[in-house]
Amino acid sequence: MKDIVQVKDLTKRYDNGFEALSGVNLNIREGEIIALLGPNGAGKTTLISTICGITQASAGSVKVDGHDIVRDYRRARGMIGLVPQETHVESFEKVVKTVQFSRGLFGKRRDDALVEKVLRSLSLWDKKDSKLMQLSGGMKRRVLIAKALAHEPRVLFLDEPTAGVDVELRKDMWEVVRGLKEQGVTIILTTHYIEEAEAMADRIGVINKGQISLVEEKNALMQRLGRKTLQIELAEPVEAVPQALSHLPLAAEGGKLVYSYDSQSEHTGITGLLNEIRDAGLHMTDLQTRQSSLEEIFVSLVKEDA
Amino acid sequence: MNLYAIKAIYIFEMSRFFRTLWQSIVSPVVSTSLYFVVFGAAIGSRIDQVEGVSYGAFIVPGLIMLSVMTQATTNASFGIYFPKFIGTIYEHLSAPVSFLEITLGYVGAAATKALFIGSVILLTAYLFVDIQIQHPLAMVAFLVLTCTSFALLGFIIGIWAGNFEQLQLIPLLVITPLVFLGGSFYSISMLPPVWQTITLFNPVVYLISGFRWSFFGTADLPVGLSLLAIAGFTAICLATIAWIFKTGWRLRD
Ligand SMILES: Nc1ncnc2c1ncn2[C@@H]1O[C@H](COP(=O)(O)OP(=O)(O)OP(=O)(O)O)[C@@H](O)[C@H]1O
Ligand SMILES: [Mg+2]
Repeated sequence: MKDIVQVKDLTKRYDNGFEALSGVNLNIREGEIIALLGPNGAGKTTLISTICGITQASAGSVKVDGHDIVRDYRRARGMIGLVPQETHVESFEKVVKTVQFSRGLFGKRRDDALVEKVLRSLSLWDKKDSKLMQLSGGMKRRVLIAKALAHEPRVLFLDEPTAGVDVELRKDMWEVVRGLKEQGVTIILTTHYIEEAEAMADRIGVINKGQISLVEEKNALMQRLGRKTLQIELAEPVEAVPQALSHLPLAAEGGKLVYSYDSQSEHTGITGLLNEIRDAGLHMTDLQTRQSSLEEIFVSLVKEDA
Repeated sequence: MNLYAIKAIYIFEMSRFFRTLWQSIVSPVVSTSLYFVVFGAAIGSRIDQVEGVSYGAFIVPGLIMLSVMTQATTNASFGIYFPKFIGTIYEHLSAPVSFLEITLGYVGAAATKALFIGSVILLTAYLFVDIQIQHPLAMVAFLVLTCTSFALLGFIIGIWAGNFEQLQLIPLLVITPLVFLGGSFYSISMLPPVWQTITLFNPVVYLISGFRWSFFGTADLPVGLSLLAIAGFTAICLATIAWIFKTGWRLRD
């Protein structure tokens, strides 16, 4: 698959001398959904702002579909839609007007049918004549999405699109994003809701302290880093791991024993464990296995970096 | 050239103007009327004529210039400062538009508003005095050029300003004094020689002089010089704006 966005050695030093991006390399594939994860202040917004032309890079380059974002900014920016993290809006303007404005600004002919379609897809059509200040926070965020979609971008940046959006709406938005992907739009999203990345993304990028520490297929990542745990419910509670089993990666939690293992390895050690438990004279009532979530993976990654 | 972008910005700015249309008309009408009462009726009754024109008519070009310059500047500065202030500027910065298109949109809208207000003042003036415009085409040209160049200046101020105080600082501290001292309400020839020389450093003098010439056919200074001055001023503003967008000064981190 072709790389639609190519970020090369991108460095951003703000005027106060702070280096928010330190040599970022990232290739985004056409048609994928990539989620950028990273703690507060990692540089996610800075990266997006630099690609979209809101801040100037200190060094390095970005190409969008082969067009340099500085030299050939018209073509590059013309393909990009941006939904910023902060919900800045023109309070006195009407929803439909502000969406039409965005389309014009991006050099597209007025198209009322398209604007209607976009507003409907975001459940905003009945609010089209409301002033922006009359909308709730979640609605304003959707207006920003509508503004970005109004000029039919091929690459869409969503900087924390679901922050402050209620659960039901969040699911609706996921549907919208999936629909865009089906139409071939490439989507880059940042989020602090890891289940969101887990649900949506094809690939996950982790950024920390201005550097990309990992980019990987979501599924591969979860398999590679995913530790599994086996929970063994006991008929009679134990307080500590019995002496005979203490050589195993085993923990006691009230009425159960918890064994963690790597699901990818050839020898998971489960058969041995179960034999030893029987030999120790313990009675099992139930067994459960659990795969660690992306969230746990993410937390451990960021910790490693620290 | 991204014409749709220019149009989008222009319409957006004008719609704000039309939302408050009545305020936009009422305040210049009221202030112009006040000027006529104070300068035209009260003081003017003691001054016969200036350069062969009744004092009431003599101040009309200056009055129009005063409003037009202030309006063009404040409208343009506010127009670009506002999105910067509330953060919606992100959209302009990420759009496939050049500095020229953004400038044309904002400056065009601000100049249109100033032109509109200038016309309202001229019509109001007709209620008070009898004016014959000798060179109507030149009059319109001077008016349009002044609206445009001061809108350009306002645009620069709006980008430069870091807060609302700074936004009002230049119109208040620079433009208003320069216009008042620029011969709006008197002919430069009425000043003592030393002040006449000093006044020549005030760029506004050239604009008002040229504008007044288009009304009455007489001027303090040659019309060519006035045109040159306004062209020079416009060029400086344009160059500054080109530099701002090239460097991203006060716009892009
Ligand atoms: N205009 C600026 N001037 C100086 N430093 C800045 C500026 N904007 C951001 N920074 C710094 O750059 C770093 C990265 O900020 P950025 O907004 O990119 O983080 P983020 O990953 O988007 O965080 P969050 O999850 O909180 O949105 C932070 O340390 C921030 O303080
Ligand atoms: Mg951010």
